Amino acid sequence: MSELTRLTIAEAREKMRARDLSSVELTDAYLSAIDAANPSINAYVTVTADKARAMAKRSDERMASGEAGALEGIPLGIKDLFATEGVHTQACSHILNSFEPRYESTVTSNLWNDGAVMLGKLNMDEFAMGSSNETSYYGPVVNPWRVEGSNKSLVPGGSSGGSAAAVAAELCAGATATDTGGSIRQPAAFTGTVGIKPTYGRCSRFGIVAFASSLDQAGPIARDVRDAAIMLRSMASTDAKDTTSVDRAVPDYEAAVGRSVKGLKIGIPKEYRVDGMPGEIDALWQQGIDWLKEAGAEIVEISLPHTKYALPAYYIVAPAEASSNLARYDGVRYGLRQQGRDILEMYEKTRAEGFGEEVQRRIMIGTYVLSAGYYDAYYLKAQKVRTLIKRDFETVFADGVDAILTPATPSAAFEIGDAEMAADPVKMYLNDIFTVTVNMAGLPGIAVPAGTSTDGLPLGLQLIGRPFDEETLFAAASVVEKAAGRFTPKRWW
Amino acid sequence: MTIVDTRTPDPKRFIPGATGDWEVVIGMEVHAQVTSKSKLFSGASTEFGKAPNANVSLVDAAMPGMLPVINEECVKQAVRTGLGLKAQINKRSIFDRKNYFYPDLPQGYQISQFKDPIVGEGKIVISVGPDRKGEFEDIEIGIERLHLEQDAGKSMHDQHPTMSYVDLNRSGVALMEIVSKPDLRSSDEAKAYLTKLRTILRYLGTCDGNMDEGSMRADVNVSVRKPGGDFGTRCEIKNVNSIRFVGQSIEYEARRQIAILEEGGSIDQETRLFDPGKGETRSMRSKEDAHDYRYFPDPDLLPLEFDDAFIEELAAHLPELPDDKKARLIETVGLSVYDASILVSDKAIADYFERAAKGRDGKLVANWVINDLLGALNKAGQSIEETPVSPDQLGGIVDLIKAEVISGKIAKDLFEIVWNEGGDPAAIVEERGMKQVTDTGAIEKAVDEIIAANPDQVEKAKAKPSLAGWFVGQVMKATGGKANPQAVNALVKAKLGLED
Amino acid sequence: MSVDIATVKRVARLSRLAVSDEDAQRMVGELNVILGFVEQLDEVDVSGVEPMTSVIAMDMKKRADVVTDGDKAADIVANAPASEEGFFLVPKVVE
Repeated sequence: MSELTRLTIAEAREKMRARDLSSVELTDAYLSAIDAANPSINAYVTVTADKARAMAKRSDERMASGEAGALEGIPLGIKDLFATEGVHTQACSHILNSFEPRYESTVTSNLWNDGAVMLGKLNMDEFAMGSSNETSYYGPVVNPWRVEGSNKSLVPGGSSGGSAAAVAAELCAGATATDTGGSIRQPAAFTGTVGIKPTYGRCSRFGIVAFASSLDQAGPIARDVRDAAIMLRSMASTDAKDTTSVDRAVPDYEAAVGRSVKGLKIGIPKEYRVDGMPGEIDALWQQGIDWLKEAGAEIVEISLPHTKYALPAYYIVAPAEASSNLARYDGVRYGLRQQGRDILEMYEKTRAEGFGEEVQRRIMIGTYVLSAGYYDAYYLKAQKVRTLIKRDFETVFADGVDAILTPATPSAAFEIGDAEMAADPVKMYLNDIFTVTVNMAGLPGIAVPAGTSTDGLPLGLQLIGRPFDEETLFAAASVVEKAAGRFTPKRWW
Repeated sequence: MTIVDTRTPDPKRFIPGATGDWEVVIGMEVHAQVTSKSKLFSGASTEFGKAPNANVSLVDAAMPGMLPVINEECVKQAVRTGLGLKAQINKRSIFDRKNYFYPDLPQGYQISQFKDPIVGEGKIVISVGPDRKGEFEDIEIGIERLHLEQDAGKSMHDQHPTMSYVDLNRSGVALMEIVSKPDLRSSDEAKAYLTKLRTILRYLGTCDGNMDEGSMRADVNVSVRKPGGDFGTRCEIKNVNSIRFVGQSIEYEARRQIAILEEGGSIDQETRLFDPGKGETRSMRSKEDAHDYRYFPDPDLLPLEFDDAFIEELAAHLPELPDDKKARLIETVGLSVYDASILVSDKAIADYFERAAKGRDGKLVANWVINDLLGALNKAGQSIEETPVSPDQLGGIVDLIKAEVISGKIAKDLFEIVWNEGGDPAAIVEERGMKQVTDTGAIEKAVDEIIAANPDQVEKAKAKPSLAGWFVGQVMKATGGKANPQAVNALVKAKLGLED
Repeated sequence: MSVDIATVKRVARLSRLAVSDEDAQRMVGELNVILGFVEQLDEVDVSGVEPMTSVIAMDMKKRADVVTDGDKAADIVANAPASEEGFFLVPKVVE
């Protein structure tokens, strides 16, 4: 069966169109693969096998009657952050204990309308807060990649660790993910997959459990650039139910894959050359520059002077919004409730029991920075810094830069239970140092695998685009992909 | 924020205490439910009195991943209200989250407007009186701001021994919080302010003002001071739900504070509740962190922006406001200040009057509405909305008087028949033979008979012409009130040989 | 700025999180590390800079005033830990 799960979305689509493959066959192949791998990888928190088969059957019927949608019959995994009607939706938190929504997120509705098949819900950091998928109530996800000759478990990155691991381990054809500070791009880079965070407002946030509303954005993690383009086209929409969703037609992103980058101006921001950056990351970046240059792009050095302030500003804005967004988990209307003598004790015990340590830490920080006397010094200041960060990008785009190339992460995947990171939350936060500016400015960013570390682990490059110019990112990323090739982990599970 | 004291201390309003006179200072925050079909940020209905949680959408229940989308009509209603309060309309305003935990607040925050409200400073002119001389005093009360916010749900504490019930039907209903400046100086002024505000909102159609259904509630800030002195520490009386209770709670609270201060104590700034049964205010169970609401702009929403054309369009279609209507009734219809004030005090009465007065003698109609209709309604304990006599029916009665078909006296009887039985006044007059007699022959006959039967009175009347009225009365009696009084008067005078 | 144990407890109360003394002590350290990290922003001159209110410039979408939702009390209370007759139930609240 492994040949079937190896197929990209584009390849499976061709085979199904030619009637060489049915969705039921493909879905069964994935369900078997999940059965075999999930005990080792822990990518899925719920597998919806019956639902998947029923959806696949309907897809086959639709294909037989010639009414196939853009993703007809393609089996996908869904991050546990997306509300799926009647199906486990807990943001991998205990506080949403046994929550099954009576509604569907707009993004997943769009996927089902285009014929996609749901395999199940994917593991993630609790409420998308984490960079290693270790904060999940359902335990860490194990990266399908290992250091050559080692059997130590590595993190897949986070928060969309389940999505990235499932795609890399061929446990789904593609996965939905979300990105608040790097939660699509960092795990994609750690697993040799492609992940794109589109422009803020491109995918509806309706039905996605909120972490930080002004930063959250859904996007796909896929095997290659083309698959990411195919998925994003289906996920994106204009949604009357999300005030911040944009009124713009969704382009045919796939048409941009393979498009020439000749004459494009690619910016290389000098501020991304951070102190202590490993040589292999620097080398990877230079390699990317060379590939794009060879493909005809013009390389220019640029300056984004407020880059270093993006991460500290993020760790004010995101926890502040989160502290408020997570106030609704109070044990009254859904999820966990711990009994208390009175309402106050019920709240405090429920929330202390239901939220994990990292989530509590961020709620505390967020509450503190918004509290009386501190608002101006922290939150207001951070939002002003954000204006400056966005202005940096606007300036370089106004100067004619079409896209910006940076490393995706400062390192390759690290071990589960890394002692240094466990001891110092800020060390963990530094994982997002290259990705977080993109969220702060609302821009699109794509992570594409570009090489491997000396340990044989995948490394990714990031391309940042103008608002709503995801097409240029797909074009440039496919240049890197073409030059670097695809990266697939050796099967050990 | 610096507070400017716009008022001159007026001894009429002082409250005497053991240590001398005191002055009460009052500011009000009125929560007025916006008249709209659906909620501020969801498509659920605002209808009153539905089954528990029937008017609740997934957004109102704060289900994970739900997002607010603003109701455009609520924005328009807020702007209309701002225009009605002669206030500054802010073309850019921001929705903030006010964070606190309470079981009837599903999101854990209320979406409100904190730093940048949709409406800024405005004013309301209230009329206090009449005093002993029958005069009204007009006072301008400043409006600090008006902002849009969500209502909370409802908790019920008396249904179960250990649990509270939560119903979210009101959760997310649009409210306008209208904040006055601390310009009020007596409970009467406070009541007049609330009454006037409610009248304006009803004229505008932006809030139905039904306080018993919770469509309008007031938080009343009360402090006392020596006349003209520095502002004292204030207490906030929460959620007072009738105009009468506003008056009572201020009276009680002012005296409570005066008593404390006169005994050398000091006032704690706190939130209090009014208990209508006891007529007292009491301290609410204090919440140590109640005042740290951690306001910040709601990241699910964008700034609310509109242009001048949007405001102008709403201004162009704004209904006539009570003060304007009053001025018009005085100037063009010729009503007295008193009559005009009464008619405009309630939009329904004003509407009734205008319909009945259309194409008729406005002063005569005003008399009938104020003296007869409102008198009868008051006696029956009914509101203008419940009147059994329609404006057209009242207008019909007035028409019959003007056409001299019936006398004023008969008209009173006719009004009573219409009140009790309904029907077309003209038809009733026809059917029941109530038309006044204008046939001079018949009247002359009656006059002659009365004069012949009362020679003594004739003599007296000749000596003292004012007694001629006695003959008129007798003739009217004899004709069952149907004789035309002017005709009778002229004939009596002629027959008695009196100068006209 | 740094926090002490009293501040941590106050913030925990505001956040409705039960914390033991031990938790609070641990959080003092963690929160101070994070606050120390974000203090870098002190270096930035933000005078005259407007705070960001929306990351992508666009007009706020608005709804028409029509009733499109509701009448689904069963769905609303479906996931509730305690409910009765369509109401949510919570430990008694004293005002």
